Amino acid sequence: MKQGNFTTWFKSGSPWVWMNAGAVAIAVIMTLGLLLLIAVRGLSHFWPADVIEAEYTIPGQPTITLIGEVTTREQVPTERLHGAGLPVDPEKTEFMDRELLKVGNRDLYGADFRWIVADWLENERTPEDIVVIERREWGNFYGYLLQVKQAGQLIAEGDQAWTALQPAVDRALGIYDEIHALETGAIGKINAELERIRLRERGYELDNALTDDRKAQLEAERKVQNDLYAELEANLIDLYREFNRDSIRVRAMDGREKDINLSAVVRVFQPNAMGPTAKVGHYFSKLWEFVSDEPREANTEGGVFPAIFGTVMMVLLMSIIVTPFGVLAAVYLREYAKQGAVTRTIRIAVNNLAGVPSIVYGVFGLGFFIYLLGGNIDQLFFPESLPAPTLGTGGLLWASLTLALLTVPVVIVATEEGLTRIPRSLREGSLALGATKSETLWKVILPMSSPAMMTGLILAVARAAGEVAPLMLVGVVKLAPTLPLNGNYPYLHLDQKFMHLGFHIYDVGFQSPNVEAARPLVYATALLLVGVIAALNFAAVSIRNHLREKYKALEN
Amino acid sequence: MSNTTKTHAMDMSALGRSQQELNMDKESIALEVPDLSLFYDTKQALHNVSMRIPRNRVTAFIGPSGCGKSTLLRCFNRMNDLVDSCRVDGEILLDGKNIYGKDVNVTELRRRVGMVFQKPNPFPKSIYENVAYGLRIQGVNNKRTLDEVVEWALKGAALWDEVKDRLNESALGMSGGQQQRLCIARTIAVEPEVLLLDEPASALDPISTLKIEELINELKSKFTIVIVTHNMQQAARVSDYTAFMYMGELIEFGDTNTLFTNPSKKQTEDYITGRYG
Repeated sequence: MKQGNFTTWFKSGSPWVWMNAGAVAIAVIMTLGLLLLIAVRGLSHFWPADVIEAEYTIPGQPTITLIGEVTTREQVPTERLHGAGLPVDPEKTEFMDRELLKVGNRDLYGADFRWIVADWLENERTPEDIVVIERREWGNFYGYLLQVKQAGQLIAEGDQAWTALQPAVDRALGIYDEIHALETGAIGKINAELERIRLRERGYELDNALTDDRKAQLEAERKVQNDLYAELEANLIDLYREFNRDSIRVRAMDGREKDINLSAVVRVFQPNAMGPTAKVGHYFSKLWEFVSDEPREANTEGGVFPAIFGTVMMVLLMSIIVTPFGVLAAVYLREYAKQGAVTRTIRIAVNNLAGVPSIVYGVFGLGFFIYLLGGNIDQLFFPESLPAPTLGTGGLLWASLTLALLTVPVVIVATEEGLTRIPRSLREGSLALGATKSETLWKVILPMSSPAMMTGLILAVARAAGEVAPLMLVGVVKLAPTLPLNGNYPYLHLDQKFMHLGFHIYDVGFQSPNVEAARPLVYATALLLVGVIAALNFAAVSIRNHLREKYKALEN
Repeated sequence: MSNTTKTHAMDMSALGRSQQELNMDKESIALEVPDLSLFYDTKQALHNVSMRIPRNRVTAFIGPSGCGKSTLLRCFNRMNDLVDSCRVDGEILLDGKNIYGKDVNVTELRRRVGMVFQKPNPFPKSIYENVAYGLRIQGVNNKRTLDEVVEWALKGAALWDEVKDRLNESALGMSGGQQQRLCIARTIAVEPEVLLLDEPASALDPISTLKIEELINELKSKFTIVIVTHNMQQAARVSDYTAFMYMGELIEFGDTNTLFTNPSKKQTEDYITGRYG
């Protein structure tokens, strides 16, 4: 009887349904879990946690005062602490709590983080007047504000210091923006202009055409730029003097006092004194800084805007290259080539190309595009800048081209699929009206298969945006001085190296000198990369849906 | 386009089915097939077909499935060229000139011999652009000419009143019958001499079918019409001449009344009385 029930149950298909549903459930849980993990780990980094002050006594040593943020708390076997030379007794307790305290002040203590045993921490408190100072170098400072000085003169002290500090910091930041704008804008332009003059001179030299007339002409042009620069430089010196005017005196947790110039300060805040609203405001300003600012301190602080920009730029350029290329190839394969053994072989080869590991494309890009193509282009068209390579080194163009090569099979396959699905009757309808084959292709077939091309492009973008390995060989760097698209002629710098979110994750997470500080940024950048790819895909999908609606194929 | 302007002014509603006596010897011949055979690889699909198709008349091809009637029809505008394995042996004369000749421009031929297919196949464009397609292909881009031709063709296909307010909407939103009349409009817009209809009503409901049949009647004063149908009643209703084909051979050709009431061949009689097919 029981056997019979089981057989019926099995035949009913229920186990099959359960298995299917289970597979879906596991996929959903894994995806959500992944997103949740990187979202929580990444986004919590920007929250201004309370800063504690406490007395810490390792038995047998003098008591010290610690100030810092608790970033992690974990249980470790006492044995391990004992092994690390701490005076603990593994016989008494098996496990002990320890905390990772971010104490900052790398200039004073050498390391930002300190492991402490929770049991030895006493008198934990959160004084409201603890200040956190984000600096352009040496990481955060935690401690107390003593004095604010203007050009060496004391202007505020004690309780008044905090109120006097905020305007001074804002002023310094304003000047910083001005200096930055001047350096990257006007001075950047002069440098680009001077470089162009130098290249022209070198070009004449190589052609043996550097006549005295030309020399004088170039000299005159150079003088114009140099005069411009001298003017700006004076301006810049003034700005720097103003910038360096103010400083503060602070006291660290061990009582040491230190002067910090406000030119080195990015942000000051008193986390313990902040209400929930102020904390939320601070959180979003940090988040905005992350997506809109340039990185600082070996990428462990600041933002990732150049990486976002580089990623999007490269994907767009890749799309522009891969779409026409893939579509043309697919049209030839499907519409014009004689179907037979040769086309079949080509099709198999194209499909297999999609399975080649991406690093292989990177090697190919380096060997063929950069060294062979780029090297020869340099010889022919940019001899004046040699031995410094122009296109003979990794750059945006070669990276995009390499990724286009990597993704072209996907576009070809998807487009071919779309072309075969156009009903034969539509082709005949067009031909019967006296259209030639190419007119039929342009006016009917290609518009109708555009949704399929978009599908190919979506798959291509999804793959290309996440690729890191080949990019490391063909043009991605950990820090690019300027964006590949800027105000200097010729505006779009295809030869320039660029930053990329995927590589940024690798660099920050595994190449950084300050791993603990960088870890949350790894998660945050990963989340951002997922977001950027999702946004690019979403844009492509909505274009495809629009096209699908427009060219809804004849049903039945 | 001088003659186009003239024909557009023609009053289509005055057309009706001609009641005159039919006599093949007095007809002007539009298409002549002296002796045509057609092969798919080695398989012969048409066996030495000979016939003459009269101008401004409706000629119907009937016969059981696979008898070669569609194949023959598709020879008239060389649609069979699209099939790689297809080989045509013989010639077809359009106004006395062989369309399988070496110097024939196939696209020009297809403009002169239009075709409407079994299933409506409008392009995924607006109604207006569907009708204007053939003219645009020919390089006509003058807005006024296009407007005129589109209106004339849609009126000719008895569709104008139904769609005149939504010319810019997608043709795919129309009913099947409207789509088929749109395909007819699109075909007559380029003013072909011959109109080939390949089972034009087989995918349509009875009312749409009736409309198409009325339309065929109206169009024959302007075009030579050849229609393939598997519906004998339809052939009897719309055609002046009928050809009965069987197994790739032309069995009997004659005026429709005679063929249906007094067939000269036993096979024809068997087929029209429903004994096979």
